[in-house]
Amino acid sequence: MRRQQFVRSIWLHLVMVPLALLWLAPLWLMFVFSTLPERDIFSTPTPLLPGGDFFTNLQNLNADTNFSRTLLNSVVISLIYTVLSVLLTSLAGYAFARFRFWGSTTLFTVVIATLTIPYFVVVIPQYILIAREFKITNTYWAVVLPSLANSLGVFYMRQSFLSLPSSLLEAARIDGAGEWRIFFQIALPLVRPAMAALSLILFLTAWNDYLWPLLVLSPDNKAALTAPVALGSLIGLTRVSWGGIMVGAVLMTVPFLILFVFLQRQFIAGIAAGGVKD
Amino acid sequence: MRRNLTPYTFLLPYLIVFGLFWAWPILYSFYLSFLDTRSFPWAWNPGVNWGRILQDATFQDALRNTFLILVIQVPLMLALATGLAVALNSQLLKLRPLFRFAFFAPVVVGAVAYSAVFRLIFNTDFGAVNSGLRALGLGPVDWLYAPAPAMSVIILVVTWRWTGYNAIIILAGLQSIPKDIYEAAAIDGATPWQQFVRITLPGIRPVLLFCFVLSIIGTLQLFTEPFLITNSGPGTATMTLGTYLYQQGFRSFNFGYASSIAYTVALLAGVFSLIQLRFFGRD
Repeated sequence: MRRQQFVRSIWLHLVMVPLALLWLAPLWLMFVFSTLPERDIFSTPTPLLPGGDFFTNLQNLNADTNFSRTLLNSVVISLIYTVLSVLLTSLAGYAFARFRFWGSTTLFTVVIATLTIPYFVVVIPQYILIAREFKITNTYWAVVLPSLANSLGVFYMRQSFLSLPSSLLEAARIDGAGEWRIFFQIALPLVRPAMAALSLILFLTAWNDYLWPLLVLSPDNKAALTAPVALGSLIGLTRVSWGGIMVGAVLMTVPFLILFVFLQRQFIAGIAAGGVKD
Repeated sequence: MRRNLTPYTFLLPYLIVFGLFWAWPILYSFYLSFLDTRSFPWAWNPGVNWGRILQDATFQDALRNTFLILVIQVPLMLALATGLAVALNSQLLKLRPLFRFAFFAPVVVGAVAYSAVFRLIFNTDFGAVNSGLRALGLGPVDWLYAPAPAMSVIILVVTWRWTGYNAIIILAGLQSIPKDIYEAAAIDGATPWQQFVRITLPGIRPVLLFCFVLSIIGTLQLFTEPFLITNSGPGTATMTLGTYLYQQGFRSFNFGYASSIAYTVALLAGVFSLIQLRFFGRD
């Protein structure tokens, strides 16, 4: 029995180790390329060890597009989006979890049903609103506004509020606390772990978002240009520093890889939340 | 009375944004699909977009390509994700956190960042893949500029990005299966394979169904990878419904036609989800 387990374990590792290395290879090469001069990136066999040209490549990248500025835009946009979206979805999730009111079931069903509706269906009217009605392209708000109403966030926050003991909130109510005070001072602090997981996922989504920002931001206007759109605009060019592009990819990715190592539980909780229903 | 209005005040901010940027657009793009938006002003013409979509050769290419990716990529990825989830859940695997990191890491990587890397990796003359093939005495394959290889690149890249994501969800499903069922089965002499088929698969069926539906909706909207890695090419070889919608909606600014493409995607997503529910959703 023991021997059989041992043999099985060996086989498992024989499959998993190469597969894991294969999975990590693109990220490793991203890092390696970001540190190499142009001629080494385009040489065979593919170099597998890093060089010392990271900062030269960073300069090239900033010469191709003001990447530092776009990184700053991305940070600001992702922060605004995360804070507002968590607030909005927490408020809505709380309303659905704590109150029974006229239309509550219907509304909740409608909100959750949009999870199965492809984003493509709304993207054109969203664009018409932002670009033609509000005329706010190339601003932070153009990027942030349309996706604030996140259905998964409402679902997730509602679940979290449902798990709170209602006796606690009732007690506060009897003590004469107003609904808003109960929400902000009692309910919200109690679901902090859920808020953290949701924030992480929303921040990451905003940080990596490409299609929508591509529509409402133009690469020539750096006012609100995000890092992915700036980097994407370089990929199609012929005379461009690929070492620079790789630096951009690394700067966009590595902070989250580090965060992922330390906050794996929160990331996983946020992702798995969609799949596991109560 | 005041008490009764409270929930609405909590909901109001969300509902304003939801109504403006989701509810109204869903209806408006349906209406748009019946407008001729190439005339000025836009004119009611129910047949113009829906008639065109039936005859448009490029749309049919996009549809066929998207189906092909769907049929190959989604089952491949979910089989792999299930295997990974079982492996990552197994006591036989050492250093599990390291393996988890390797497979889950792509979850945090942005599409633009990895698309750029994969362009270099699959470069015909200098790329790592052809360089590896050459060492084995194979290739070179013109990965990005020949139809079938370009398609396989898209499939591989999407699989790289999303397998770990699905494995996370499946793993959560696995961990909700009570361990004593396995212990009882092992005592009864069930092999690991029998345990997998009889206990694991039925146990994760709801989660797997969720992953299927999510992946199908995602793949139907595939955009960034074909847009940045292969530029929908060569020709229309990797044109997807996503890149074609972008081209019609935001290059030609034909909002009406783009809306009918969008609603086709929604229709397909609905049909596929229903089929999934019919075949796998029942107990």
